[in-house]
Amino acid sequence: MAVAALGSAPRVKVAPWNDPVIRGWVFQIVVVGLVAALAWYLVSNTIDNLNRQKIASGFDYLGREAGFEIGDTMIDYSPASTYARAIWVGILNTLRVAVLGIILSTILGTLLGVGRLSPNWLLNKICAWYVEAFRNVPLLLWLFLFYKLISEAFPGPRQAISALWSSVFLSNRGLYFPVPMADPIHKWMGVALLVGIAGAVVLHRWAKKRQEATGQPFPSISSGFGVAIGLPLLVWLAAGAPSAMSWPELKGFNFEGGTVIQPEFTALLVGLVLYTSAFIAEIVRSGILALHKGQSEAAAALGLSRGQSMRLVLLPQALRVIVPPMTSQYLNITKNSSLAIAIGYPDLVASINVTINQTGQAIENILLIMAAYLSVSLSISAFMNWYNKRIALTER
Amino acid sequence: MLNKFLAAGIAVATLASVATAAYAGKELDAIKARGQLICGVNTGVAGFAAADSQGKWTGLDVDVCRAVAAAIFGDAEKVKYVPLTAQQRFTALQSGEVDLLVRTTTYTLTRDTALGFDFTGVNYYDGQGFMVNKKLGVKSAKELNGATVCVQPGTTTELNLADYFRANKMTFKPVVIEKVEEVRAAFFAGRCDVFTTDASGLYATRAANSPKPEDYIILPEIISKEPLGPVVRHGDNQFADIVRWAFYAMLEAEEYGITSKNVDEMMKSDNPTIKRILGVTPGMGKALGVDEKWVYNIIKQVGNYGESFDRNVGAGSPLKITRGQNELWTKGGLQYAPPIR
Repeated sequence: MAVAALGSAPRVKVAPWNDPVIRGWVFQIVVVGLVAALAWYLVSNTIDNLNRQKIASGFDYLGREAGFEIGDTMIDYSPASTYARAIWVGILNTLRVAVLGIILSTILGTLLGVGRLSPNWLLNKICAWYVEAFRNVPLLLWLFLFYKLISEAFPGPRQAISALWSSVFLSNRGLYFPVPMADPIHKWMGVALLVGIAGAVVLHRWAKKRQEATGQPFPSISSGFGVAIGLPLLVWLAAGAPSAMSWPELKGFNFEGGTVIQPEFTALLVGLVLYTSAFIAEIVRSGILALHKGQSEAAAALGLSRGQSMRLVLLPQALRVIVPPMTSQYLNITKNSSLAIAIGYPDLVASINVTINQTGQAIENILLIMAAYLSVSLSISAFMNWYNKRIALTER
Repeated sequence: MLNKFLAAGIAVATLASVATAAYAGKELDAIKARGQLICGVNTGVAGFAAADSQGKWTGLDVDVCRAVAAAIFGDAEKVKYVPLTAQQRFTALQSGEVDLLVRTTTYTLTRDTALGFDFTGVNYYDGQGFMVNKKLGVKSAKELNGATVCVQPGTTTELNLADYFRANKMTFKPVVIEKVEEVRAAFFAGRCDVFTTDASGLYATRAANSPKPEDYIILPEIISKEPLGPVVRHGDNQFADIVRWAFYAMLEAEEYGITSKNVDEMMKSDNPTIKRILGVTPGMGKALGVDEKWVYNIIKQVGNYGESFDRNVGAGSPLKITRGQNELWTKGGLQYAPPIR
């Protein structure tokens, strides 16, 4: 009896409302139906309300004149530009601080993480204190502190601290320094830089292959830098070395000419980098500690110095542990950069806020800002996943 | 829809009660039953509405609340103040959390119509202005070419600013910071040459937040119209009338020289207009549905508009705002009350 029941359970005829399969289906259909109904209700209600209150909808406003000024722009912008351009300026500003933040906090975080494992007591303790201080205070407070420090500590533009034969000026309006006058050759120098970087990558691969095959090391890092920088330099020389510069000069209220790193940008970047590097330090440390002690002992037995064993043996293996949580930190930098509004850096959120204020089209703008952050975040994720796969342990 | 029915109902009821003129709307009934007026005010703007260490509210806006309470109850103290942020204020009024909103609110068409409100007047004519450090030696906003401007994001502040500079063929660099405390701090630290917001806000900031008020000047140019006034919900016209006329009474009193000090003597005046205003000749109070001594109570307890202005924002206050556009029409200003008769 028991055996028969185990083998093939003949389906007992039950009423449909007692049949678990039918019941399962019914419940799932009901749930999906409810969710769909709720979504439909929300969307149709919103559209209906917007229509009833005669609130404009759609993205037509993007082509209209924005009318407001932005304090820090990477591309040409004036109040006569369109809303689309104002939002684009915001996106670029967000990207600028996020990309620089990611690079700098990775470098600083790795140094701190390695430093915390150092046998040197002083270095070790300094790194530990740094990490505890920065990750235990909210980022917003750090931003306020750095912004206050910059705007209170430095003099006004008319009393600016000047350096390097009055070519660089530091004041509470930012750091002004000279830049080369715009010249058509700059575009070609950019192209040469890209070619140089590609050349450096090829060189590095070739050097690695050769070392694996023959054991001959090749200074591929330094020569790669040489190629990447030398090529644009050659192009510049070939064009007759145009060296007209735009110098900052005090005119009226402010400096004009040259270029400026504004205090809001500096405060935001410094805050983001110092804060996030504390987390990255811990990730790096945990990644290295996750390795078996035998790895560093084996490296020492091979006669590698501490620096070499860290660079050639420990870090490459630790990367496998480090990279996945690192992705989250990079996403955090990108999203935390929206705290910019608190200290006046004109990022994407700032542009969108003014646009909402002026057009009243909150829904469209919120959708835009979500789409922008989502695509930046997804790109970072995709890149990091690709990198993670590349460095994953390849079993031979 | 409901509002329309209410409005229609009230209209019919008002028509039906023209003869008796004593119909009380539901808002007014509720306020009377409660024994207290609930007034929405600023969370703390020196001169307009701010609570002292004892929790006593003072200010130009607060005085409007007090005047309305004096008209309804004969006692200016029967007010409960609800501090509201800019975001909360309209919802609080729409939902009935407050009876009356006197919170430096600009009178605009959208607010008067689409939000379902009625503005009952203008108790302060304001407009966006500029404040600079005296050291810069700037005398006019037309000299601000190339300046860095600290600005708090607002409904139209940034647009007005950019429009003004474009119209005058000047450029500027904005520093836009969300929180007003941070904008002020950045300006006083010298991050910007100019601070822009409504002129009343500039005066209040200079008096209350600047390290040395005498170092800063407010430039004469006003670049936008911001008439600030008391607001009520649609639905109870009688209450709206009381709010409207309680404020007009303060203006009328100033125009006829009735002050909190001399109001008792003025009761004996032979001037027929003053007799009508103060209720010595009855009729005005009955028409409005309040006590005949309503103006007497307002002036005795709150004072006329001029007194209120001087005490809160004018010469007798740290703000030191000149009357300017808020001077009576008889003295070249814009403050003009329809006659009480």
